[in-house]
Amino acid sequence: MSRNEHHYNSGLAIEARGLVKRFDDTLAVDGVDISVPEGAIYGILGPNSAGKTTTLRMLLGIIDPDEGVRRVFGHDRPHEIAKWIGYLPEERGLYPAMKCDDAIAFMGALRGLPLEEGRRRGRELLEGHGMGHAIDRQIRQLSKGMAQTVQLLGTLVHRPKLVVLDEPFSGLDAINQGKLEVMIRELAKEGTTVIFSTHVIHHAERLCNDVAIIAGGKVPYAGSVDAARDRIPAQVRLETRNADGEWRSALPADARHDAKEGGGHFWYFPIPDGGIEALLKRLIDGEAGILSLSIERAGLHDAFVEIAGAAAARALEAEEDR
Amino acid sequence: MNHAQEASRLSFFQAAWVVARRDFKAILFSRAFFFFLLGPLFPVIVGALAGGIGGQVQREAVSNTIAVVMSEEDNAAMLEARKTAQEGIGGFPIMVTLSRVDNDEPIDARSLLAANDYAVVVSGTPEAPVLTGTEAQMNRLDGPVTLLAAMAAGNAPSNYPTVTRNALATTAAAAKSDRIRTAQAGQLLLFLLMMLLAGMVLSNLVEEKANKVIEVLAAAIPMDSVFFGKLFAMLGVSFVGIAVWAGFGGIIGALAGEALPELPEPALGWPLFILLGVAYFSMGYLLLGSLFLTIGGMATTVREVQTLSMPVTMAQLLVFFLAAFAMTNPGSPLELFAAIFPLSSPFAMLARAAQSGELWPHFLALAWQALCVAIFIKAGATLFRRRVMKSGKGGRGKKGRLVSPIPIEPQ
Repeated sequence: MSRNEHHYNSGLAIEARGLVKRFDDTLAVDGVDISVPEGAIYGILGPNSAGKTTTLRMLLGIIDPDEGVRRVFGHDRPHEIAKWIGYLPEERGLYPAMKCDDAIAFMGALRGLPLEEGRRRGRELLEGHGMGHAIDRQIRQLSKGMAQTVQLLGTLVHRPKLVVLDEPFSGLDAINQGKLEVMIRELAKEGTTVIFSTHVIHHAERLCNDVAIIAGGKVPYAGSVDAARDRIPAQVRLETRNADGEWRSALPADARHDAKEGGGHFWYFPIPDGGIEALLKRLIDGEAGILSLSIERAGLHDAFVEIAGAAAARALEAEEDR
Repeated sequence: MNHAQEASRLSFFQAAWVVARRDFKAILFSRAFFFFLLGPLFPVIVGALAGGIGGQVQREAVSNTIAVVMSEEDNAAMLEARKTAQEGIGGFPIMVTLSRVDNDEPIDARSLLAANDYAVVVSGTPEAPVLTGTEAQMNRLDGPVTLLAAMAAGNAPSNYPTVTRNALATTAAAAKSDRIRTAQAGQLLLFLLMMLLAGMVLSNLVEEKANKVIEVLAAAIPMDSVFFGKLFAMLGVSFVGIAVWAGFGGIIGALAGEALPELPEPALGWPLFILLGVAYFSMGYLLLGSLFLTIGGMATTVREVQTLSMPVTMAQLLVFFLAAFAMTNPGSPLELFAAIFPLSSPFAMLARAAQSGELWPHFLALAWQALCVAIFIKAGATLFRRRVMKSGKGGRGKKGRLVSPIPIEPQ
């Protein structure tokens, strides 16, 4: 069994170890490790300039890492398995004079699909996505959203095993973002591995099984979304009628207290060591006057702040607001 | 118009100034501008070279040597006469004397002219010289030979001998001179086609970069393939253009008939010469094109490409003049250099195809040129990957560097 076969059989679509990339005197990517299981929806989450695009470009063989190794389906040279890969770059690019079906066919042809077959599939895909009327239109005649859809279809026309999408949601309106989410889920259902970069936490949280959080060229966390969220203990949100009483000693000393406008009080604290049931009993016995109690699991945003730091989170939020 | 409205927009001249300042700075501080500055210097160099080479070609192309084959005494007398005439008047052709072992040995002037670079052969005696050569050479040298013969016979300047003329269709010198015309014509045609067509490659990658298609290409196929494919596509386009121009040329030729000058047959014959012409055009185009593609690939805007095109054209001219100059001295170190230097090699070798009947150097040259094309493409594609495919949309700083990454806070 060759080394490539060994890695391919290991069930990883992408495996990167210690990737480093410098541009002039700037360290763009600094020792990135990523493992993307086959069939997963994998997100690379981070703010601008974090190294997302550079990492993806290294994984795809567009540029070579200065240090480290990358393997795609066990292959050191991703160009060798270009037919298995579909790539949608962050900066969308199509030849403006090409017709839609030709553009899709051209992208397929770059990945080894015969041009005629690509054209046929292109027409099918366009019709399937409500763009049948645009088949013979030139790219320059399309709206930005439609052109992006054409490029996405061109990315998929050769039915790749791995789809890499760099910031696929940027520039799309809410409706098209929803359509893209559906497409990504359908691809995963069919067994396609999808890896995408994003600076929008909600997309990663909704779609991904696994994420790599990237900031400052490093990956401080790579793993499942659930595990990332579990790094922060679940928070209890308690609402009481009374402000004080013997029951207060049941709450952790560092519980955050907010007085509710018009009466009532909120308390926020991690689940105590004794568990939630013991706490409930003491609150009831102490006549705290429970109005509501909920256990809130940390979101990916909280996990991101915890993992990457507040500065990276602020940068991420600033981009989301843009 | 109130004050607030006035302040909300720039005046026409203010806006013009802002645009002019930006453009001025952008051009002034670009690397391309350096070459643009050098550009006007090239015509001066080119003018000087053109004048020098033109004269050199003229001098070298026309043989100016008279071979005298008379008796020992007559040869010496002719040489003495030439020396006297040269000292007194000047401008006489070079004279060499050929001795015979036996004065009765017949003189084969035709063979002498066919095998040597002589303009004419003078035999007989100074009193009754026999001039052998092409009609054109005899017309040119009849006067000087008559005068020198008269002086050698001791009769000048009162009594001149009658020169017997022995006309030949061609001589080695005449054939060489004629073939230089063919070589010049071939080189010039090659150069004009390259000038017209290779420059297009400069802007080839700018479109992909502007449309952002380049990353789609780079992700799917190696950049070497992108370069190679682009060059060959452009070569194909060039051949279509050449075919059309040749078609029109053929029609004009047919209409003009004998009004067009006829070129002498090249040393390798027309079919092979044309075939080699196509091969050398292809190689020359690919060599120059791979350089242009790399240079154009480094440019970020069409404006930069336009700024680069002039110095690039001038560089082409210099290469052409190198090959044209080298052509006048076949076998010289300069000609060898021009044949080896990749960019001038197609020009130099095409000239050689017109002048020399040897075929093997062309196989060697084509193989060498093909190797250079491969090296140029590889180097260009590598440079492009390193310099151009650097970062994503949001990650470029002012000078193409990544902006400072956001640091990870200690946890």
